[in-house]
Amino acid sequence: MHEIRTLSIDGQMISASADATILEAAREHGISIPTLCHLDGLSDVGACRLCLVEIEGQNRLQPACVTRVEEHMVVRTTSARLKKYRRMLLELLFSEGNHVCAVCVANRNCELQNLAADAGMDHVRFDYLHPACTTDATHDRFVLDHNRCILCARCVRVCDEIEAASTLAVAGRGSQSWIVSDLQDSWGDARSCTSCGKCLLVCPTGSLFEKGHTSTDPERKEDFLRYIVNANRRKG
Amino acid sequence: MTIEELYRIGALYRDQLATFRAQIQLCGSGTCRSAGAEELQRAFETACEEAGVRAEIRVVMTGCMGLCGSGPLVRIEPGDTMYVHVSPQDAPRIVRDHVLENSPVTEQRLPDDNTFYGRQTPVVLEHMGRIDPESIEDYIAHGGYEALAKAVTYQTPESIILEIRHAGLRGRGGGGYATGLKWDIVRRGSAEQKYVVCNADEGDPGAFMDRAMLEGNPHSILEGMAIAGYAVGATQGFVSVRGEYPLAVQRMRRAIAEAERKQLLGNRIFDSGFSFRVDLRMGAGAFVCGEETALLRSIEGKRGQPAPRPPYPSHAGLWEKPTVVNNVETFANVAPIIRRGARWFGEIGTARSKGTKVFALAGRVRNTGLIEVPMGTTLREVIFDIGGGISGDGTFKAVQTGGPSGGCIPEQHLDIPVDYESLAQAGSIMGSGGIIVMDNSSCMVDIASYFMEFCRTESCGKCVPCRVGTVQMSRILERIKCGRATEQDMETLEELCVMVKDTSLCGLGQAAPNPVISALHFFRPEFERHYRDHVCDAGICRFDDPEHGVEPAHEKGEGAHA
Repeated sequence: MHEIRTLSIDGQMISASADATILEAAREHGISIPTLCHLDGLSDVGACRLCLVEIEGQNRLQPACVTRVEEHMVVRTTSARLKKYRRMLLELLFSEGNHVCAVCVANRNCELQNLAADAGMDHVRFDYLHPACTTDATHDRFVLDHNRCILCARCVRVCDEIEAASTLAVAGRGSQSWIVSDLQDSWGDARSCTSCGKCLLVCPTGSLFEKGHTSTDPERKEDFLRYIVNANRRKG
Repeated sequence: MTIEELYRIGALYRDQLATFRAQIQLCGSGTCRSAGAEELQRAFETACEEAGVRAEIRVVMTGCMGLCGSGPLVRIEPGDTMYVHVSPQDAPRIVRDHVLENSPVTEQRLPDDNTFYGRQTPVVLEHMGRIDPESIEDYIAHGGYEALAKAVTYQTPESIILEIRHAGLRGRGGGGYATGLKWDIVRRGSAEQKYVVCNADEGDPGAFMDRAMLEGNPHSILEGMAIAGYAVGATQGFVSVRGEYPLAVQRMRRAIAEAERKQLLGNRIFDSGFSFRVDLRMGAGAFVCGEETALLRSIEGKRGQPAPRPPYPSHAGLWEKPTVVNNVETFANVAPIIRRGARWFGEIGTARSKGTKVFALAGRVRNTGLIEVPMGTTLREVIFDIGGGISGDGTFKAVQTGGPSGGCIPEQHLDIPVDYESLAQAGSIMGSGGIIVMDNSSCMVDIASYFMEFCRTESCGKCVPCRVGTVQMSRILERIKCGRATEQDMETLEELCVMVKDTSLCGLGQAAPNPVISALHFFRPEFERHYRDHVCDAGICRFDDPEHGVEPAHEKGEGAHA
């Protein structure tokens, strides 16, 4: 039998299993918290910071994706401060890469774009960094466009945790971090890659895509996400 | 090894030392080495040979003696006489006049009543610069491993933790978490395998406390780790040393091997049921690996990136097992506490910050070097008494503590006591112990920009606010420095400071804005003069150079990493 915790999220009294995270508890009760690096079925890393919430009695904001519920916890998922921070985080992401929605394969199907719209983001207050990025199209079927990568590392985790190929990894540090295949080989030369394509399905932006797809493609991935989640649950 | 054997080794070595007529101890720290300490050692050996007393005089290279700015340093025992700025040419005279004739050479001699050593309270540095760091016998002769013997033979793990808690020892890496409490959490953990990790991944610019301790008295750290292992029920320890410290790595490796040979590490230590091994890990040059969760990932052989806490390492650390992670200095405090008792330790320091703190005193002071003062000593005493005041003809401007996670403290706060709470109140932090003194030739915008640039390049890139926020803040500071910033930039900078502090994943990011926040708090007019009037009072920033302040293209991908 599961232990149950009772807590309040945004004034709503809810109960959740003791091992649930704030994010799980909130979503189960229809309270939405924005996320980007989180994906049901993959391990959580708390990297994007969009799901930060306020917890009464704690000075620090806590990421809802990795913070467990506690008895009598009082959580606020939205406040003027949190809204401001989320928008700034999104602006930072847009400033960091070369996110040209008009030519992006993920246009209108992009989690980053959707979150920006939800946050009411109408401009970026920071310097656009315009990094000089490469695009790796050496793989037979897939393309990795570093211009659009937000380093959420979902692809790295799905490759490791679900496909167990560990082809993809993060190299470099800070703003110079980037996704690499094998030992910084071209993706086409990465012998550990099974060409399963799961990384494409979990990419929240248009950084990973199948050759031949363009910005006009209406195709989207939600079904595949659910497929992966279920696959992972069955595995567990 | 039994306690009796330990005492015998110590007594034997002390007898051996007593046969020498005198000792010439040379400081072997990095600073003194680069000033010619090795050549000096040969000069003293030759001088002794020529005087026909080579066998009667012990010439020994020790660890850091502290007064780094005045090296090479030499101490003559008996008498505890120090000589500064000694050159090989001075060796024959010191041997002849002082060692043989017993009339100390007056030039270069450090007066006995100097304020540098006079105002210090050596606890963890007690034997530093006096013993041979490559000889376990020398450490044992100075009471080394007696605390471990006492602990595993006569004390229960619970009583050791109680002793540490009563002593009030707090983490010396800067966080100030109660060490005994941390140990107790690990001890209560139900896992069969537990670990003890020594964080020796020192990375703050200008800080060299850990390095000096690793090089100068490695056994004191190992002994502290072994006692921690016994107290929490761990059988395996790791020392994670920064890869840029080759001598520290070499000394630590040798110390581990010697301790194993003497059965002070290994199976059934002092014939008790306690077994403990220590392995060495080398960092690969990432500042963030000083953050404990990143350090643990790095020891596991993974990418050194921080993970969200909780879970804390005390619950789930190395390979998810309960793990004690303490700083070098924290471990070095353990044996003295066990040997001399919590009450003795508790008498040093302030009500909430017990004991002493080791600092690396650097910057514009007369006496730069490694110091140890009781908690509660004021910054003014540190800078003006021990440090001897501002060097040259400059005037004091600010003191930086806590490195890239700390802040600058101006003149009006110099009388605050050095302890965890007071420094935090003044807008800085205790940090691991770097103190950089600045005079009016330093530009606070430049300093703030330097530290932000440091954090930008050392960010691991995992979380968004630290990875991108530090880039944006760095760019704005760079613009202020070259007179291209606007009021809007200042506003954005302050917004980012608060946001990055509140939202970053680990301590590196959360503290990255601190140098800017404190500089803005105490030196805002200086920022304003930069971006409004294009004036840098320190004369460091350039406003007329069209090329200056233009950042190189931001690159990532293959080209940037080729």
